[in-house]
Amino acid sequence: MTAPLLDVRDLRTEFHTRAGVLRAVNGVSFTLARGEILGLVGESGSGKSVTGFSLLGLVDPPGRIAGGSISFEGQELVGLPPARLRELRGKRIAMIFQDPAATLNPVLTVGAQMALAVQAHGGGGDRAARDLAARSLARVGIPDAVTRLDAYPHEFSGGMRQRVAIAIALLHQPDLIVADEPTTALDVSIQAQILAEMKALARENGTALVWISHDLATVSSLADRVLVMYAGRIVESGPVAQVLRAPLHPYTRGLLDSLPAMGRPGEMLAQIPGSTPSLLSLPPGCPFAPRCPRADAACAQDPPVVGTEGRMALCHHPLT
Amino acid sequence: MLGFLIQRLLQAALVMLAMSALVFLGVYAIGNPIDVLISPDATQDIRAATIRAYGLDRPLWEQYGVFLGRLLRGDLGRSFVFNIPVLELVLDRLPATLELALASVLIGAFVGVPLGIYAGYRPDGALSRGIMAASVLGFSVPTFWVGLILILTFAVNLGWLPAGNRGETVRVLGAGWSFLTWDGLQHLALPALNLSLFKLAMMIRLARAGTREVMLSDTVKFARAAGLSEWTILRRHVLRLIAIPLVTVFGLEFGSTLAFAVVTETIFSWPGVGKLIIESITALDRPVMVGYLVLVAFLFVTINLVVDLAYAALDPRLRRRARA
Ligand SMILES: Nc1ncnc2c1ncn2[C@@H]1O[C@H](COP(=O)(O)OP(=O)(O)O)[C@@H](O)[C@H]1O
Ligand SMILES: [Mg+2]
Repeated sequence: MTAPLLDVRDLRTEFHTRAGVLRAVNGVSFTLARGEILGLVGESGSGKSVTGFSLLGLVDPPGRIAGGSISFEGQELVGLPPARLRELRGKRIAMIFQDPAATLNPVLTVGAQMALAVQAHGGGGDRAARDLAARSLARVGIPDAVTRLDAYPHEFSGGMRQRVAIAIALLHQPDLIVADEPTTALDVSIQAQILAEMKALARENGTALVWISHDLATVSSLADRVLVMYAGRIVESGPVAQVLRAPLHPYTRGLLDSLPAMGRPGEMLAQIPGSTPSLLSLPPGCPFAPRCPRADAACAQDPPVVGTEGRMALCHHPLT
Repeated sequence: MLGFLIQRLLQAALVMLAMSALVFLGVYAIGNPIDVLISPDATQDIRAATIRAYGLDRPLWEQYGVFLGRLLRGDLGRSFVFNIPVLELVLDRLPATLELALASVLIGAFVGVPLGIYAGYRPDGALSRGIMAASVLGFSVPTFWVGLILILTFAVNLGWLPAGNRGETVRVLGAGWSFLTWDGLQHLALPALNLSLFKLAMMIRLARAGTREVMLSDTVKFARAAGLSEWTILRRHVLRLIAIPLVTVFGLEFGSTLAFAVVTETIFSWPGVGKLIIESITALDRPVMVGYLVLVAFLFVTINLVVDLAYAALDPRLRRRARA
């Protein structure tokens, strides 16, 4: 087995707030092979975005990576000087966000913003930056790429705007793109298009993807493997087909049951009762226990890992 | 863009018309200028002749009509006191105020905006707290008091800078300018600094608030994720995103300083229009008051127009709305 592109071990990211220490990422471990597409799912507030930002070394104060290791091509990213991290960002590891209307700068032309991203990593003169930007726009399916460089973000539709953001992420052909719910803000029909294009682009360039979503259905159509996150921990992981067909964790079961396409027609969708707990004051034991149909006295203890690295769950009472 | 411009020009013309009427009526209500024009012991005949000569016996609306007609030809009347055209009088004094006001808003902007951006970028730093504390002083300490302290410190005690007047001037475009000579620049320094303190405080606060907000935005996160350096992000993204409120305040402050630099001009014996208006009010020099106010209104309207155009240049979304 070749060394993975990314190896995350026991990652802990905390926010030191006035109310106490918030453990947003609480001992997360996973690996990612070159060109692999990894889904990261969970309800909102489970720590997916913070995990993504941690990978780029972009956790805003008062947050910080409190422990663990992020090994990218054998290089340790935790504790790397800010200047070295900046060299990696955009060049080797890129990120795209949920709302393209908010990420692109409304007062700069798309070309100007792309040129800044090119020149952040050398990239030669304005002419060369423009050429590279136009090529990247064309690659994500924006017609008339050269003239569109002079347009402002508001002159693009929502889907086109997200394509611009993707084109910026692809500028330097990074090895890894962290995509934080990039289709959530878009129309359903456009979502499907962008998903398919993203998958094709990643395959074409051998780019690995960490695809963050609160929606298992989105991830299932895209990813090779999936991580299910709850209250800052990975509670289940495995190949997408296996996780969907035979989930181990009651939380994953709950997520599946609440998907419209997966439920039987005519039946009420089964929402998971309750809501995500506050990460500020997590009692010991399984954080899902208060919402779990299978919970019993044992769940007051920290749950054990069942299964192996490739197909695991964190549960006292796994299904099957 | 052209439609936008025409629309704005029409608006400006309407505002000017309304202002001229208000100013004319307002000043008409103050005192009787005849008492100033002729000596109290003049005969009734002389009195009546003078009133007729100045058109003061005509009905108010007719006087306004005559005034408006002259105004459109650029004629603001003659000063009762100096007996020279008001326009000449005001234009003679205006450059002094213009350079003082411009110097003070430029100091405010070029010093205040970087300090404010820094304070917004590092809100918890010791230097930022110092900057913010100083800006509170800039707001709350009265201008005249600071002016006196500046004179005492730099002119009287240290003797570094002159305490008053414009110093040596150079004539360019038919007007004398202090900032073009070393001596004039030294004379300009203290009054400009005095006037700039309030603007400095304002610019610091605005730039800080804007920067704090923008630094938390997804735009900055995305720029960081693309590997841009913090310096590039501040210079290329943040500055552009916070520019609109800054330009607004720059324009408004420039306008109001032009009109109301009175206190500073008095303290530093700066021979600008502020001193002129005070003198003309004391002397009931009606044409000068009216002419001055109309000119000030004109300057305000012009500055506002320029600020509106600057918006369109700064925010492409406005440009499109204007075109539609
Ligand atoms: N800047 C921050 N300050 C304090 N808490 C934060 C901050 N960012 C995220 N969090 C907390 O971290 C937890 C995980 O958030 P996030 O990763 O955004 O969730 P998700 O992306 O899964 O919806 C949440 O409880 C959230 O309140
Ligand atoms: Mg999120």
